[in-house]
Amino acid sequence: MLKLKDVHTYYGNIHALKGINIEVTEGEVISLIGANGAGKSTTLMTTSGVVPAKRGSIEFKGKDITHLPADEIVKLGICQVPEGRRIFPYLTVAENLDMGAFLRNDTDQIKSDMDYVYGLFPILANRRNQAGGTLSGGEQQMLAISRALMCRPKVLLLDEPSLGLAPIIIKQIFSIIKKINEEQNTTIFIVEQNANLALKAAHRGYVMENGVITMTDTGENLLSNENIKKAYLGI
Amino acid sequence: MRWIYITIGVAITGVLGFLGIREVVSDPVYFLELLLGGLTRGSIYALIALGYTMVYGIIQLINFAHGEIYMIGAMTALIVASVLGLWGWNAGVIAILAVVFAVVYSCAYGFTVEKIAYKPLRNAPRLSALISAIGMSLFLQNYVMLAQTPEFMPFRSLIPDFAFWEPYAHIMSSVELTIIVTTVIVMVLLGILIKFTRIGKAMRATAQDKVMAALLGINVNQVISTTFVVGSATAAIGGVLIACHVGQINFFIGFLAGLKAFIAAVLGGIGSIPGAVLGSLVLGISESFFTGYFWSEYEDVFAFSILVIILIFRPSGILGKHEAQKV
Repeated sequence: MLKLKDVHTYYGNIHALKGINIEVTEGEVISLIGANGAGKSTTLMTTSGVVPAKRGSIEFKGKDITHLPADEIVKLGICQVPEGRRIFPYLTVAENLDMGAFLRNDTDQIKSDMDYVYGLFPILANRRNQAGGTLSGGEQQMLAISRALMCRPKVLLLDEPSLGLAPIIIKQIFSIIKKINEEQNTTIFIVEQNANLALKAAHRGYVMENGVITMTDTGENLLSNENIKKAYLGI
Repeated sequence: MRWIYITIGVAITGVLGFLGIREVVSDPVYFLELLLGGLTRGSIYALIALGYTMVYGIIQLINFAHGEIYMIGAMTALIVASVLGLWGWNAGVIAILAVVFAVVYSCAYGFTVEKIAYKPLRNAPRLSALISAIGMSLFLQNYVMLAQTPEFMPFRSLIPDFAFWEPYAHIMSSVELTIIVTTVIVMVLLGILIKFTRIGKAMRATAQDKVMAALLGINVNQVISTTFVVGSATAAIGGVLIACHVGQINFFIGFLAGLKAFIAAVLGGIGSIPGAVLGSLVLGISESFFTGYFWSEYEDVFAFSILVIILIFRPSGILGKHEAQKV
């Protein structure tokens, strides 16, 4: 469904992605793990068209999207929850969700989708008229995921959903990610430093080091791999 | 030391307050005239300041060419009105067409200036774009000077003296009334645009986080262009109205008006739309009182002194947002 072929991305002179290949099939949960600065977030930003690839190609449902601008890529159904969540601080929770549905015109469906995400995260319903900037970190993550769901994504890209959150909130968020995958049949691509969590949630995983994919396998196999255990799981 | 400042402050306020009240009591009509004159002035500032503040809010650029857009609005109206006047058209039709042409032309200029002078510098340091803006301002001034004339040209008012306003015309002219009413209408429409429409929401989101806006499918370049166009439209309306009020224009009127509106925007809190309106009214009314009760030659000195004082004591302006936020 989503195919990255030999993708190279640069920040000025810095060669951030050095020819990566990733394939995501419909209905899957994929995890990309790796250390700080490996190029995980860049992979998502390149897929979304924010930091365009210099060489290589990105295909979505057989269509070449390598050089499309970010807003066109969203129109095709690839939505991202970026690192740091990027909630609009001066818009209310409800307005933030509204922005997620920016490209849609189906008012009734938007309303029912909003009820659906309020059902997933009831705390957001209580805070719907509060400014986004006043929410706690965990609530902001919930809002960021909900906002992306309002796009009705075919593929949901999640960048470090566990970053800076309490373990109990992380658990809740991952169980909801799983629920979204199963109930809505949304394909999910997670980037995580928390390898244990990410690989447990995923059907398949990729390991990234210094801008290169070094390993790929099913989530279970990667979890039991000796090298992975040593490098990422601390066992 | 502190009590000395307090004493001096209280003394000055007391003397000014006493003199002020004495003036008001001795000549209330003059006071009212100054107040309404200030309101008119402030309305014009507000129409220009909106463009500054909206553009700053969205791309953090002080668009110094904005005053020129206002001047182009007035120029276009003058040309259209003169031509149609020669053909002997009806005054009402002329007024409407002059405003429409002024708005369309100014919008086209605002749009083009952004595409040529600012868009290529979107990722450059902010100073580059600022210099580009000053360059654009000089270019437009000189272009209009060469294309038209360096002289002042008379501008026949497009606004008739309303019969129903006759009893009050000695305090406030029909033109001033039109300026204030038009400004209120424009503000309300703009408020609706920003608060409730799709493009308004996109503008607010883009102002807060451009990358995230793009990640939600908002075409950021289009939103920025729209912001310039909307700002240019209000400036053009301001240009036509002030030309009717003053009765003459030349290529240089945008410079000082632009600077004053910029002061107003900073006074209110740059980036804040209600702030720009409030700052404009405060500046307009206080300028009017200053020139009416003290020295009219020092009008501009007064305005720029206000700028210096705000920048020292409250750089974020009256309604400026504090930058603290949770990330």
